[in-house]
Amino acid sequence: MTLFWLAFEYFKAGLFAVGGGLATLPFLMEMSQTHPGWFSMDELMNMIAVSESTPGPIGINMASYVGYHVAGFAGAVVATFSLVLPSYIVVMIVVRILDRFRANRRVSGGLEGLRPAVTGLIAAAGFSVLWASVVRVTDGVSQFQWLAFVLFLCFLTAMQFKPFQKLHPILFIAAGAVLGVVFNL
Amino acid sequence: MKELLQLFWSFALIGTMTFGGGYAMLPMFIREIVDKRKWATYDEMLDYYALSQCTPGAIAVNTATFIGYRRRGAAGAAAATLGVVLPSLLIIVVIAMFLSNFMDIAWIGHAFAGIRIAVCALIISTVVSLLRRNADTWLKAGIAAVSFACVAFAGLSPIYLTVAFALFGALYYGRRREA
Repeated sequence: MTLFWLAFEYFKAGLFAVGGGLATLPFLMEMSQTHPGWFSMDELMNMIAVSESTPGPIGINMASYVGYHVAGFAGAVVATFSLVLPSYIVVMIVVRILDRFRANRRVSGGLEGLRPAVTGLIAAAGFSVLWASVVRVTDGVSQFQWLAFVLFLCFLTAMQFKPFQKLHPILFIAAGAVLGVVFNL
Repeated sequence: MKELLQLFWSFALIGTMTFGGGYAMLPMFIREIVDKRKWATYDEMLDYYALSQCTPGAIAVNTATFIGYRRRGAAGAAAATLGVVLPSLLIIVVIAMFLSNFMDIAWIGHAFAGIRIAVCALIISTVVSLLRRNADTWLKAGIAAVSFACVAFAGLSPIYLTVAFALFGALYYGRRREA
């Protein structure tokens, strides 16, 4: 029965949470109230922290974590796939519609307006991750992390040079992990 | 069958190696899908991102479904979606089983702080190359600047901006083609 409710709640979140993984957050908060035994607010915060720092889309990570927490491995599988199913169907419908109307001048004009807007959105996401990394708030006092900022500038500069541009992004991520441990970030 | 496996494998690699959620995955998508496999162009990639923003679900998952469906229909969409989802599921289950205090382990915390910095630099340098392609007029540079400022400083939901600029584009760029 728990598995059924997990499937139901996550299908709902998957259908209505528009705007990326973190958009499922309000649904998770609602779940903790409608199903009091599942998880507490503290546990949820912990799960969000882990989901944000482990690889993969955050919404999927949170679904797997909550599902596992509530009903073990089967719960993780049920929650994750129930979350994905609605968007899988919706996206296929959108592709079919898009293909039919791509030649339409309004549709292609709309896409032309969207591209720079999405570039701005990605810049905003990068900026908020950067802000969280270089400004650390402890006990209400915010501190600028010079070391982190200098490392960021070094990475960014290196990436503008030809030999580094050929490197796979995974190598930069691995280098970041090593430098983080070395410099005690 | 071979391409289905390739779809699954490419997206599983992206799912395993990207930290920081949907937007942070874009540099990896561009490297694997655009540069290496040539399954989509830069412009298509951005279109998928924009549409993923406006369709329900995680952005990276929706983008995977878009590309998979384009290549091999419903089966391709399933292979790509499974690929991007499975690593997350397995990694989280392992962490939930063995490391309930995962983030409290000191060196893991430091490693993640370093990873976040590398991810920032990857995102920003992707933005630089996207701006070169998509902000070639003052108006488009303005659109990018406005959507950046509204989200970064005013905390507006990205959905409103994608809808607003899609409408603007349909009216402005759509009308221009009539002439």
